[in-house]
Amino acid sequence: MLETKRKEKSILTFPADREIALETNNLQVYYGDNHAMQDASLQFPRYSITALIGASGSGKSTYLRSLNRMNDGIARVDGEIMYRGLDVNADEVDIYQMRRRIGMVFQRPNPFAKSIYNNISFPLREMGIKDKSKIDGIVESSLKQAALWDEVKDDLKRSALALSGGQQQRLCIARSLAMSPDILLMDEPASALDPISTHKLEMTLNDLKEQYTIIIVTHSMEQASRLSDYTAFMHMGKIVEFDTTENIFTNPAVKLTEDYVSGNFG
Amino acid sequence: MDAVKKELTRKSKASRQDQRGKLISLACVTLIMLVVLSILYMITSKGLATFFENKMSIVDFFTKQVWNPSAKPQALVGALPMIVGSFSVTVLSALLAAPFAIATAIFMVDIAGKRGRKILQPVIELLVGIPSVVYGFIGLTVVVPFTRTVFGGTGFGILSGTFVLFVMVLPTVTSMYVDSLKAVPQFYREASLALGATRWQTIYKVIIRASIPGLLTAIIFGMARAFGEALAVQMVIGNASILPSDLVSPASTLTSVLTTGIGNTVLGTLPNNALWSLALVLLLMSLVFNLLTRFIGKKGAF
Repeated sequence: MLETKRKEKSILTFPADREIALETNNLQVYYGDNHAMQDASLQFPRYSITALIGASGSGKSTYLRSLNRMNDGIARVDGEIMYRGLDVNADEVDIYQMRRRIGMVFQRPNPFAKSIYNNISFPLREMGIKDKSKIDGIVESSLKQAALWDEVKDDLKRSALALSGGQQQRLCIARSLAMSPDILLMDEPASALDPISTHKLEMTLNDLKEQYTIIIVTHSMEQASRLSDYTAFMHMGKIVEFDTTENIFTNPAVKLTEDYVSGNFG
Repeated sequence: MDAVKKELTRKSKASRQDQRGKLISLACVTLIMLVVLSILYMITSKGLATFFENKMSIVDFFTKQVWNPSAKPQALVGALPMIVGSFSVTVLSALLAAPFAIATAIFMVDIAGKRGRKILQPVIELLVGIPSVVYGFIGLTVVVPFTRTVFGGTGFGILSGTFVLFVMVLPTVTSMYVDSLKAVPQFYREASLALGATRWQTIYKVIIRASIPGLLTAIIFGMARAFGEALAVQMVIGNASILPSDLVSPASTLTSVLTTGIGNTVLGTLPNNALWSLALVLLLMSLVFNLLTRFIGKKGAF
């Protein structure tokens, strides 16, 4: 059969009645002279999981870190990142408030060297919440949402560093959830975890998408296909294809995407 | 076959070299150990001679205030003024230096960025390298008149000693604390920023907290340096072995009495032995400082 796929790029857009949580328009990211992300335009529908896939160095993490301005001071970012009608890079946006709304979970679990309880209560107190019972409530509910509550409820004063890697990562998720964000950005959250912890984490994310919009960078294509509703494939600093996960994995429009998801890459 | 066997059983050049190398390093280590042990033995035996040979009271040594080991008929060896002097300048200079060192180190690691660090690092290192006699000289010509005009008194005293030592320990504490701040994992900063913490909150609540063991180690190192510093302190403290009643009247430290007195005594006599006792106190204190840093280092992460 002759090759029929000749498209270079295929980006799904959503009808106007679909609620969009976050959207980038022609986003450019530069590290010095290195144009690491070019013309990235994506829409992330609310209450869904979007996976960003692509080879190492394709710009996934760069793109993700730009979304809540974790690249400030490291890279130069041009273009629009629209969140609730505001460009997050605009001067009038308070970066600290914005980061509470657009939370981030990192590749390596990074709990503070404090107790489980304090890992969650510490940022709350920094926000100015003084009421102990309110803090207790948020600690409990966010740990429950992150599916960690049953494992740690007997000893919240234990050091967070004594938890397993998977538990630490769920604690980090709980810590982000305690800020009551809209959007969770996740940079390969399962890459440091074993399969059982990964499975638990994925179940957690699946439950979370009813209340949050999740954008997840992953190296595992199985994870992207199991977990996400939409998938964007990136290559060499460009978004090659964005579509429903089903289409990306079963009927991709671009040849490059097909090669990547079927493992015939390079 | 026999040739191979012969070659295998004969010592090769490489293995002989290896053995020689081991022998040389063993010899060096033994020599150093011997030197350290003999210094320890000498100071301890001489220092204790005051109490066992000359029958002076240990309790008096630590509690009496009059230092006159050559007095007749009854020699007086009350080292309290010097001990108080040494501890005062040490603690005061460390207290004064700590906030400056913390601020400088944080500025260098978390605020100034690469270029700022490139400029500040050599400045700090230069301060470490200035000889103590130069600090003392500057102390004598600048700090003493300054203290005299601003705080009164003669200008010589614990306060001047504190100021001079402050400048001397500041770079030590700063550069050590810089190292321990650099060792705080980057992901602590990221985690905190991603939760919407400001830079100040991140520095104050996360980075400094995580580096407290390193900070304590740095301060204790600075104190050890201040405690052992002789020349610069001797030049500005006034050298009067009386218990200081305030910070601006002449006082003395263990080190300053040692440097001024050691040339005027005869080996084996009480005045000489008494100075050795002061040296023993110094030695024991530096041992304590050393053990403290080890203890903290073992407990702390960074």
